[in-house]
Amino acid sequence: MIPIAHFMLISAGLFCIGLYAVLTRRNAIQVLIGIEFMINAAVLNFVAFGKYDKIAGGGQMFALFAIVLAAAGVAVALAIILNVYKYFKSIDPTKTDTLKD
Amino acid sequence: MGEEQIIFYFFAASVLISALFVVVMKNLVRSIFLFFVTLFSLAALYLFALADFIALAQVVIYAGGVLVLMLFAFMLSNRELLNSLKPVASGFKVNHFAGIFISLLFLFILFAVIIKTDFNQFDWMEERVPINASDNTTHQIGIQTMTTYLLPFEILSVFLMMALIGAAHLARKGGKT
Repeated sequence: MIPIAHFMLISAGLFCIGLYAVLTRRNAIQVLIGIEFMINAAVLNFVAFGKYDKIAGGGQMFALFAIVLAAAGVAVALAIILNVYKYFKSIDPTKTDTLKD
Repeated sequence: MGEEQIIFYFFAASVLISALFVVVMKNLVRSIFLFFVTLFSLAALYLFALADFIALAQVVIYAGGVLVLMLFAFMLSNRELLNSLKPVASGFKVNHFAGIFISLLFLFILFAVIIKTDFNQFDWMEERVPINASDNTTHQIGIQTMTTYLLPFEILSVFLMMALIGAAHLARKGGKT
């Protein structure tokens, strides 16, 4: 029997790795991977708490919903990345700054 | 320490270490393939929370769908990176230090909160019925999707259709806009 705090510690570590990727990476795909890590950390928490919720099953249901939402988000984000590459010839988020004032 | 603990902490270490390598690696191809390892180990952790259907969905959706999409986006957008790995400016930038600082601070805060919390003191933890390893959770997920969570399920399906149509529209080749 694994204590629930250990699930949460792992998910906290994963979340912070994702946060670091989002803040510092210079490549839009790696930023996207960072966002996926953060979503997966949240899903791990959902699932860990869902272990104690047999009747309503809310944790597992919403973990499933979050996975599907993340997949939809990835599809849209990758389409946007491809368009950005077409215009700027680069997917470095710091170089696509023509909207800056 | 039983076998369950050993396997759990092995997969936990595998998740964290491979995630760290995914993030710090300069080579994007290696980083994306290491992302596989992270996702599979994470699916193993879901199994330890007795969520077998979620683990299966994780493998099918992430490893089957998202990873392939990412590889395609990488191959379509990084031509020059595949031909010759151009030298990346070495040395930390200010941006890096700020990012590391913020992440470590956040990690510290989360760890402090989680370690201080005693999860057994909550009464909602006690009155809940935990899932047994012999329960058929897939069966229950199917029933709950069609009863308790029907509205989120329908909203999600409409949203998914909108997102996929939008993605197909954005990625269309030779569009007018």
